[in-house]
Amino acid sequence: MAEYAVELRDVTKVFGDVVAVDHVSMAVRPGEFFAMLGPSGCGKTTSLRMIAGFERPTSGEIYIDGKPMGNTPPFRRNVNTVFQSYALFPHLTVEQNISFGLEMKGVPRDEIKRRVREVLELVRLPQMANRYPRQMSGGQQQRVALARALVNRPKVLLLDEPLGALDAKLRKEMQIELKNLQREVGITFIFVTHDQEEALTMSDRIAVFSKGRVLQIGTPLEIYERPANRFVADFIGETNFLDGVVKEVNGEMAVIEVNGRRFVGRAGEGVRPGVRASLSVRPEKLQLLDQPSGSPNCYEVTVSSIAYVGSDTRVIVRLGDQMIDVWEQNSISTLDPNYFFGPGEQAWLSFPPENGLILVD
Amino acid sequence: MSTDTPIVLLGEREAVRPRVREAAQRPTLGRFVLTLIALFTFAFLYVPIVVLVLFSFNSARTGAVWQGFTLQWYERLFNNPRILDAALNSLIVALVSTAASVVIGTLMAMAMERYRFRFQSVWDGLLYMPVIIPEIVMGISLLLFFAAIRLERGLITLIISHVAFCMPFVYLTMRARLADFDRSLEEAAQDLGADEWTTFRRITLPLLMPGIVSSALLAFTLSLDDFVISFFVTGVGSQTLPVYIWGQIRRGITPEINAISTVMLILSFVLVSLSHALQQRTSAR
Amino acid sequence: MMQALREHPSLRVAALMAPGAFWLLLFFLAPLTIMGVISFLSRDAQGFPTPPYTLENYLTIVRDIRFAPSLSFEGGLHVRLFEGLYLDLLWRSIWLSLLSTLLTLLLAFPVALFMAQLPRRYRNLALFAVMIPFWTNFLVRTYALQFMLRANGPINTLLRALGLPPLELIFTPTAVMIGLVYGNLPFMILPLYTSLEKFDWTMMEAAHDLGADTWRAFTRVMLPLISPGLVAGSILTFVPAIGSYITVDLMGGGRTNLIGYSIAQQFSASVNWPFGSALALVMMVIVTIAAVLYFRSARGTQRVLI
Repeated sequence: MAEYAVELRDVTKVFGDVVAVDHVSMAVRPGEFFAMLGPSGCGKTTSLRMIAGFERPTSGEIYIDGKPMGNTPPFRRNVNTVFQSYALFPHLTVEQNISFGLEMKGVPRDEIKRRVREVLELVRLPQMANRYPRQMSGGQQQRVALARALVNRPKVLLLDEPLGALDAKLRKEMQIELKNLQREVGITFIFVTHDQEEALTMSDRIAVFSKGRVLQIGTPLEIYERPANRFVADFIGETNFLDGVVKEVNGEMAVIEVNGRRFVGRAGEGVRPGVRASLSVRPEKLQLLDQPSGSPNCYEVTVSSIAYVGSDTRVIVRLGDQMIDVWEQNSISTLDPNYFFGPGEQAWLSFPPENGLILVD
Repeated sequence: MSTDTPIVLLGEREAVRPRVREAAQRPTLGRFVLTLIALFTFAFLYVPIVVLVLFSFNSARTGAVWQGFTLQWYERLFNNPRILDAALNSLIVALVSTAASVVIGTLMAMAMERYRFRFQSVWDGLLYMPVIIPEIVMGISLLLFFAAIRLERGLITLIISHVAFCMPFVYLTMRARLADFDRSLEEAAQDLGADEWTTFRRITLPLLMPGIVSSALLAFTLSLDDFVISFFVTGVGSQTLPVYIWGQIRRGITPEINAISTVMLILSFVLVSLSHALQQRTSAR
Repeated sequence: MMQALREHPSLRVAALMAPGAFWLLLFFLAPLTIMGVISFLSRDAQGFPTPPYTLENYLTIVRDIRFAPSLSFEGGLHVRLFEGLYLDLLWRSIWLSLLSTLLTLLLAFPVALFMAQLPRRYRNLALFAVMIPFWTNFLVRTYALQFMLRANGPINTLLRALGLPPLELIFTPTAVMIGLVYGNLPFMILPLYTSLEKFDWTMMEAAHDLGADTWRAFTRVMLPLISPGLVAGSILTFVPAIGSYITVDLMGGGRTNLIGYSIAQQFSASVNWPFGSALALVMMVIVTIAAVLYFRSARGTQRVLI
């Protein structure tokens, strides 16, 4: 078995004068649940379509199971796709839809029957074989699309926003189900999504795309806790940015000056004394205190507004002319309104240096 | 293009959505007048047709006085070799030109809808022209053309001309269908291992079939109904049914014309019913 | 071959376009070109085209034009400013075609509105009722109308039976107008209905809610939204009217001459191919102007004409 199930080496795709995918390199390990995450138009779907063979790279090469794909048409690639719109053949029954790929491979009739039955069990639709796609709900159609691809036992399963058309509740259920299914069948999944929560929940690793480029590849933990740059920090989860100039760097830590106030945080890549940078600190990693703490990152702020949202309280504070989001977990059960800060009150904003990340744009 | 051509196959792609305003259902004076005008217009459209059908069963040779029921005009119709010849000609021309224009028009729609190439908008305009220009112009230009290349007028010239005016209608119908076609279905088939030809045969063609059938019905009707263009490009021995009927009308009204008109009405009725049923079935999907 | 077609999209385009392109160029564009050339030729003794090239055919159309304003009734109110044999023909053709379009619209709009407001089940039935004449042979339908209006047709027979004087209905300018409206009604109703059927009636409620009276809600909200259907229907009515041959002959007995009929005459009764070609070219210009207006107004909105 090749080292990587799928590998993109310096792949570029140009449509007219638009560069959709810009020198992308990434490698997906066998059995991995790999997400390509980014806003619409970032090149993630085009990358997926190039792996499937629907588009050809303008330059660069795609390897599937170690073999360069070149001009191999989609029907000669050992990958299958679950389409965003499902693309179920409306004139064929569920069974005929699922059999299609096996028929194309020339699998014997009785084996087709058996495998279709098995895969329908797998996606928990055993009674639906003779239905037409239009007679099914969106969630059921989604499972059929999944079954139609999985039944071929591809090296890699490509999923293009497969949960995009489902409502929020069903989506959450399917996220877990899909993840379990992937563990069960052991096939490499490459998954395109614009939903960061979905990517974090399901994937082993995530590639964050923006404007045709891959900005970072890493585990959900790495992507969230150690974003490589400002875009990733901003796109994944919520964060506060405080813009300033780097004053000094000491190994892993650095000092940034923001409007005359100094903060200490982790130094991101390219952080050198004198460069403009942003301090990124996530709202849940900030604390509001009655009195100063011992942290070097402790300043007096004015509470601007507060919103109680159940699990936590979301406070907006003002530090100079900068507004900062602070999420305080409601770890104590109380009905006492005085427990919370009120608008206009003074408080101390504090966070330990490890919770801040200094990033160059 | 023409007076007797159904240019628009409207509403066939749209699902019918009941968006009727409640207030519109309340009986008001405006609604009463509207209903009256609508009923009058339907009567205006249908009374002449119904009267014509009735009089095709009237035993009177002349005049519009009812003298009793008869089928003799139909009997004469089916024993008149010239009518049967004309009907056969019409059928041959309609079948051949329908087949040709469906193939040619569908291929062209595929090229125009699915690719971008140079002079595409010129072709688009050119394909619209036969639909827009009056059929009398098309008729005489074809007459002049056949005279210029010294092609004797007959079934061949009829078929050439009928394809020329049917094909753009097929093209427009099929292009609309192809615009609605979900291309990810073809990608899905290729993804599952079907090569181009298998994809076309197993996925594209079956899904386009309703469109192909309805454009074929359209082309068939257009060809069968055409008089003006046929009139100019027909030869002595190759009269089509409408051209024959025209000649008979010019010679004076006879009950046979009523009978043959009734036959043609029934034919149209069958064709409309077919295409209507087809539309209902397609939109039900 | 499959490999070559897969690698080169331009080859695929060429393969798909070839038969249709061939047909269009050879059997549509070439005939029109030949017609254009012939319109600049002279006529021989039999009326067939012959050299030399000349502008005579076009000059004939604009010859002897006098300023002579007049008002008359020819199947409808007829206004003229200038007089001249062929100018009269052209103007009458445009005028009567416009008038018939307007009359058709006046009848078709209430029908389409009525249909669009029917409950769904009846709506399909009504649609079917419009589709039948839409698809029925135009010659047969016009013949049916002629049969009705004839001197000894059912209407006059009925009048006589009631002891009333018979009406002179057929072979008049009015008969031509009735024939045009009758013939083209389905072509107007269907596009209008399609637009109205898609019309969201809550728009009218919104307009009323914002203070528009019925007339202003109609002109400011409904009319713009259904204009594609309106324009398509008008084109589908105007073009066949100006080019009409069957109606002019069967309903007018050839006495009310329109340009389409006149063109046909140059190729049958009075043979003059070059002059007929010139008239046909002039008519194409008129129709093209109408079509361009259509595409202008339909741009940006959805085309209803397929």
